[in-house]
Amino acid sequence: MLEKFPRGRTAIVGASTFGCGEAPGCSSLELAHQASVQALAAAGLKPSDVDGLFVVLMDDALSGLTMAETLGIHPRFLDNNRTGGSSFQVHATLAAMALDAGLCEVALIAYGSNQRTAAGKLVSASRPSPWESPYRPLRPISSYALAAARHMHQYGTTKEQFGAVAVAARQWAQLNPEAFMRDPLSLDDYLKARMVADPFGVRDCCLVTDGAAAVVMTRADRAKDLCRRPAYLLAGTQSTTHREIASMPDLTVTGLADAGQRAYAQAGVSAKEIDVVELYDAFTINPILFLEDLGFCAKGEGGAFVEGGRIAPGGALAVNTNGGGLSCVHPGMYGLFTIVEAFRQLGGAAGERQVKDAKLAIAQGNGGELSHEALLILGTEETL
Amino acid sequence: MKPEKEYFEHLQAGRFMIQKSRSSGGCVFYPRVAEPGTGATDLEWVAASGRGTVYSTTVIRQKPPTPSYNLALVDLAEGPRMMSRVEGIAPDAVTIGMPVKARIIREDGHSMVVFEPA
Repeated sequence: MLEKFPRGRTAIVGASTFGCGEAPGCSSLELAHQASVQALAAAGLKPSDVDGLFVVLMDDALSGLTMAETLGIHPRFLDNNRTGGSSFQVHATLAAMALDAGLCEVALIAYGSNQRTAAGKLVSASRPSPWESPYRPLRPISSYALAAARHMHQYGTTKEQFGAVAVAARQWAQLNPEAFMRDPLSLDDYLKARMVADPFGVRDCCLVTDGAAAVVMTRADRAKDLCRRPAYLLAGTQSTTHREIASMPDLTVTGLADAGQRAYAQAGVSAKEIDVVELYDAFTINPILFLEDLGFCAKGEGGAFVEGGRIAPGGALAVNTNGGGLSCVHPGMYGLFTIVEAFRQLGGAAGERQVKDAKLAIAQGNGGELSHEALLILGTEETL
Repeated sequence: MKPEKEYFEHLQAGRFMIQKSRSSGGCVFYPRVAEPGTGATDLEWVAASGRGTVYSTTVIRQKPPTPSYNLALVDLAEGPRMMSRVEGIAPDAVTIGMPVKARIIREDGHSMVVFEPA
């Protein structure tokens, strides 16, 4: 049976980030709350208008309940699903279906984390694996490093090509006042960075920051009343392949190979029509794998594809225009930030980094250790 | 059946065991109560051959003088893949495709399977 996504029947009408970088003294809940009221205000709404709530906080397993209580609302549709950093793509997909079915009228998706100033490192909510922990993996870095090493072995991908991803991300970040790391990064700087887990050095790894984001969705018939340029949901898909890296069937092929095709089918568009690609770049191997799996180049050609500034500002394909998890913000889970950036680009509100005439965007999320992949295809009114 | 507990009891006694389904003949690692996919519960313990091939490898870099160490994914001859490390060779000399052989060591009071070049 064909997947029946309610294409174009719901839209993002407000979005906000808050506390990106460092927000000392704020709790994760406070950061998410602040982003939420800002996103709602941007659409002329308030918490009491929200009846569909989608939340993850890393430090609170029942954060859906906590957030509802804190907002002072009694949502009739609550979801606390967590698939890792891709949770928010799943939330938006479920929100689109719930809105379309009349199960809620206004959906709020929120996330916040104070991991940088509170813990100084990635806060993990996972149980230690009895099968992997004895070998002292540096999770999640070493899992992605194993994928990178395998990609190098199979396809001849080079360290310099990983470097091209890091340098492009930094160049985008330099155009984004919200980005955490905006000082210049040359390929030479990249190559000299301290090694962490071969082939990765520190500049292959995402930031550890604080930060929060929130997104508000309604049905399309109401969207234009709340937002000048809504971003309509044309597709939402996900794919799960494993939990721990040893169980990933092929370390060079992610679940996006499947989820991407289904998303294009739902949206009725192809990769070559996409104007803006917001990928979950927790590590430099990610955009290479994801661009391949999403059909922007053939399998194995991702390394060559990202070279020569092709994904940097002014390049042929606009990828991670906010600076990504590598240079903008990465508060533990990054997926909601790709949605916010896609919304800003489609709304023409991305300032110096604005991609001209952006009409179609991918906002992708990655969970676990390449374990769960999800994406949204968003479009402007012209794409309906 | 308590596969996780039994696996580590075998290992503690010096035996590297994996599971095999009597009906499908498929081998399973990590141990679990039913075969992935089929759900077959006719799993029995069989001795792993210990032969394997490195599927991918990395070196976890430490601040000297703490030694850096290898982390690898090894494809067992029986099929399943496991996380482990390759010893008896410099951690950055381990290569993808390298044939390796399992041995059981004790570390921090626990038995574990590591590999060395075959």
